[in-house]
Amino acid sequence: MKILKLIIKNVFRHKLRTFLTILGVAIAVMAFGLLRTLITSWYAGANAAAPDRLVTRNSVSFIFPLPLSYRDQIARVPGVKSVTYENWFGGVYIDQNHFFARIACDPKTMLAMYPEYVLPPDQLAAFEKERDACIIGQKLADEYHFKIGDIIPITGDIFPGQWQFVVRGIYHGKTPSTEETTMFFQWDYLNEQLLKTSPTRANQVGWYAVQVNDSKDAARVSDAIDALFANSSAETKTETEKAFQAGFISMSSAIITSLQVISYVIIGIIFLVLANTMIMTARERIREYAVLKTLGFTTKHIVGLIFGESLSIAILGGILGILITFPMAAFFAIGMQSFIPMFIVEPETLLLAGTFAIAVGIISAIFPANRAMSMQIVDGLRQVG
Amino acid sequence: MAEPIVQVRNVTKIYKRDTMDIPVLQNISLDVPEGEFLALMGPSGSGKTTLLNLVAGIDRPNNGSITIAGSDISKLNESDLAKWRARHVGFVFQFYNLIPVLTAYENVELPLLLTHLSKAERKQHVEAALSVVGLADRMKHYPKQLSGGQEQRVAIARAIVTDPTIIVADEPTGDLDRKSAEDVLALMEQLNQEFKKTIVMVTHDPQAAEKAHKTRHLDKGELSQN
Repeated sequence: MKILKLIIKNVFRHKLRTFLTILGVAIAVMAFGLLRTLITSWYAGANAAAPDRLVTRNSVSFIFPLPLSYRDQIARVPGVKSVTYENWFGGVYIDQNHFFARIACDPKTMLAMYPEYVLPPDQLAAFEKERDACIIGQKLADEYHFKIGDIIPITGDIFPGQWQFVVRGIYHGKTPSTEETTMFFQWDYLNEQLLKTSPTRANQVGWYAVQVNDSKDAARVSDAIDALFANSSAETKTETEKAFQAGFISMSSAIITSLQVISYVIIGIIFLVLANTMIMTARERIREYAVLKTLGFTTKHIVGLIFGESLSIAILGGILGILITFPMAAFFAIGMQSFIPMFIVEPETLLLAGTFAIAVGIISAIFPANRAMSMQIVDGLRQVG
Repeated sequence: MAEPIVQVRNVTKIYKRDTMDIPVLQNISLDVPEGEFLALMGPSGSGKTTLLNLVAGIDRPNNGSITIAGSDISKLNESDLAKWRARHVGFVFQFYNLIPVLTAYENVELPLLLTHLSKAERKQHVEAALSVVGLADRMKHYPKQLSGGQEQRVAIARAIVTDPTIIVADEPTGDLDRKSAEDVLALMEQLNQEFKKTIVMVTHDPQAAEKAHKTRHLDKGELSQN
């Protein structure tokens, strides 16, 4: 404790160098935090999935539809509580850069199955009543300044044509982790248009969402549903909502792996920045270390000075980095909410960033400390400072 | 007759530079009685600083023994030697070697941090040491705010603050102007006469050597009587 004052004074001896090093560590910690948050956000949908919900899709691929007639057969499978169906609509709003999910659904059953989407009763009634009505999440409404009564024009791609949807409701997430960036509209509206323009594509759905009475029964129910349609022209694959989401994530596993690698490269950069500072510092102070040893300070004290200084810089940089991660994450969350609905910095991410900063502080001090330990006093005193 | 406080016996010191052995001291013996003020003189490379470093316990001989106040320091391990230096040696360097980020007070306090003295006791000792060197009014000054002579006086205060058994000084006036050098030498004379401190001083300066009781010359690693 008695050398603490000397450690603090040494940290701020070269103010500009220390400031730049702390800033370097802080920016690296922030970048690490943001990348890790991006990775955890990617998995957030899967993690937030309800255990009692299953998804039944075409066994060949998610992009192939299933007949609407499956709905009643699925509903009759023992253990099934309710069934709803949805369709990925795609389309373009303004241009490709303005992306948000657009899904055709059955309003009556969809909102009952997803209680995490909270919609006022009058807005739900309006949504159910009008064929071209849609509901949107609060974040989406905020981003595009949509309000009730506005018309959202969409240029269809999967379902060609010019489509118009009237905003009749704005839903809120029940919890902060519930996404609020999707537009839902009536599946009947889509189907009616298809019956007119492309009848062979009508009466088909993208996937069924199935709620089971008991989540422990999910595996049996899944098997029972898939058995129903075995050897048909549209065989099904039923899995938990979590597995379904994870399947989506696995399609971008290369990106996630890249992000993970980059996040660890950043840790390497922090190490190089701090190690460079500590090596320069220790080299400059070899003579002082020799003087301290002459006065009776032991190698343990000198090593303590070096580790103390390195750790102080790393901890200050780590704290600053963690503090600036929050506003930066908020900024990113706004900018990318259409692509990543939940961009929340997890406590585990902060813990990991802080741990890495401390580890880097320790590792950076090893080389200069080793040099100071092996230094002979008479050699150190000859060193020109 | 009392035992000499410093007993150097048959000391040899050889430095290794790459593959070459460079003998610096050859079979040196030296006695310094308690209360002595000894000057070591000699040309550059004669080995006088090496001998001083050996006496101060910051270097080790290849052969021979060095006994200070009854302790054979050539047999102590690194850790014990560090403790021994803290307790028994006050070192004055040619270039003062104060820590630039610490005030005069904090520099003088440094050796006391290794003791069990309380903060109040340390304060008392530091103030007394700075008073002896005439810098009680500069204790909050940093080294860069002091003249060379004042820095050396702070370094002397640091050397005496633990009340060491011996004071070793390596060219203490080598980096000072004549006036400052005289002040420092007067101070060392005062430490020797008034406070009965044993001093071993390496110097090139004959005027500095005149202040000592005794002068020994080193040349090519061998010691001669003045």
